[in-house]
Amino acid sequence: MAESSAPGGYPIPITVEFTGGLELLFGNERKHKVVLPARLENGSSPNISFLLGYLVDNLMQDERKDMFIMEDSVRPGVLVLINDADWELEGEDAYELQAGDTIVFVSTLHGG
Amino acid sequence: MAPHICQLCNTSRAQILRPKNHARICAPCFIDIFEREIAETITSTNLFQPGERIAIGASGGKDSTVLASVLKTLNDRHAWGLDLVLLSIDEGITGYRDHSLDAVKRNSVEYDLPLKIVSYEELYGWSMDQVVAQIGKKGNCTYCGVFRRQALDRGAAMLGVGHVVTGHNADDVAETVLMNLLRGDLPRLGRATSILTSTPSATMSKTDSEAKGGEVTITNVKRSKPLMYAYEKEIVMYAHYKKLDYFSTECIYSPEAFRGSARTLIKNLERIRPESILDVVRSGIDMAKLVPNAEGQPKGAVEAVVRNEVEDEAEGGCGGSNAKEVVSEMAQMEQKLRQDERAEEAGTETEIKLPSKVLDGQRPDRDVNPDLLPVAALTTHIQGQTHGRQAQTDGQQLPSDIRTVTIRTKQEKKSSRKATRDAPPPKQKLGQCERCGYLSSQAVCKACMLLEGLNKARPRTGIEVG
Repeated sequence: MAESSAPGGYPIPITVEFTGGLELLFGNERKHKVVLPARLENGSSPNISFLLGYLVDNLMQDERKDMFIMEDSVRPGVLVLINDADWELEGEDAYELQAGDTIVFVSTLHGG
Repeated sequence: MAPHICQLCNTSRAQILRPKNHARICAPCFIDIFEREIAETITSTNLFQPGERIAIGASGGKDSTVLASVLKTLNDRHAWGLDLVLLSIDEGITGYRDHSLDAVKRNSVEYDLPLKIVSYEELYGWSMDQVVAQIGKKGNCTYCGVFRRQALDRGAAMLGVGHVVTGHNADDVAETVLMNLLRGDLPRLGRATSILTSTPSATMSKTDSEAKGGEVTITNVKRSKPLMYAYEKEIVMYAHYKKLDYFSTECIYSPEAFRGSARTLIKNLERIRPESILDVVRSGIDMAKLVPNAEGQPKGAVEAVVRNEVEDEAEGGCGGSNAKEVVSEMAQMEQKLRQDERAEEAGTETEIKLPSKVLDGQRPDRDVNPDLLPVAALTTHIQGQTHGRQAQTDGQQLPSDIRTVTIRTKQEKKSSRKATRDAPPPKQKLGQCERCGYLSSQAVCKACMLLEGLNKARPRTGIEVG
């Protein structure tokens, strides 16, 4: 985890991807480039939990946020991959984002 | 967080946490073990015979795409000699099925498997778009389920196939187990938890009748679910890591069905304790063994499967989030269909057919008050108020204790009355539908009954859809 010496640190650019039907909530675009602030208001680093709120507030173009979020976390049935690995292996909501990360949200909630 | 190492190869970074046992493994190891487990399921249950011709029910969605990919891979790898073919049903839902069929066509090319598409339009003269335009969005899932079940069987018959596989996964089965528990429908558990069900099917499709001179062939159409023990999450991960091409949107007509509540339960449960999904499946299997079905035959018995699997399909097909308004309508329709059958075949419940009890010179085919709802001892829909109201308006002395009343909506009533007039439905006897020749224990099979209702109400000017 590289820490910048500049006050507040460098902003964190990441790639966010939506599949499994979630892209419909985000303007039918699967891939999005997002830049997060290096530090949040309370001084902590942005984590997945923060990212979720950020996405809903800034990227979501649909009213149906309950297809994506439920009670401050992802809706059960939505898988999260952090750099192609299960988020459960990386700390789930608490995982702190780093520059260049790719986060993929895959919904499983549809017919097969 | 320090990266975890794959517990299987001890070399690569762990990428997946398996729900069933919390194992941490890398993607290549995951793909390998996923495929091996499916192969194990298939061989240990003797699901397929060498050289068997298998139709894969392919919707273009994640489950059927993974199913097709895995079966193709395993068939090649283990030289099972299976003759695989993709069978797709086109319900005629614009904006949904047309897109998913494109995905199936791509699959067909990519896996080099022949594809057969059977449409409701050609089979029944009605696409789902037209059905919904006619009857609205209430109860349409029931129509779709009934039609689909027949469509898959007919498609299989057209292909000369005796075995259809579907992509039902562990989550689906767990949801069905829960649903049937919540509704108190234990007999259905046997079918829901069997990996292989076998039903005789009599068809007289055009192809068949040409080939056999109009004679009806009775073949055993087997249905199985090889992915039954695979977690939905793992199916999605498999598709992700193998970069499989599938289609993922909810059916635009699927209202939020009762299954949605069971699905939410399962998903929340998975979060807390993921092993629970397979545990529920196993509990369902164990419970099913304890429940004798109505005929007292071992579970998976032939006759019982034929009619009722329809409703399993109806609910299985329409995924969705939570339901409020439409649940009751669909539940009522299902219940009515079920009660009709149960009342006629089991003969254990008292049945009051209102038309025959109508008093005072009223014509027997006067429409029954549609407010009168079934009040059977075991159902959850007890609407006592209308019961009483009916008694008053008609002056009938309806007993205050609980009985079953076969509910009749206008459509259902007309078509089934005709059936009972023409030929009394045999109990537990496998006959053929007098309209279409499809196997049915009724004189007129359910699909024909539904179609009759639809056709009678069809306006003379065609409904232009889309």
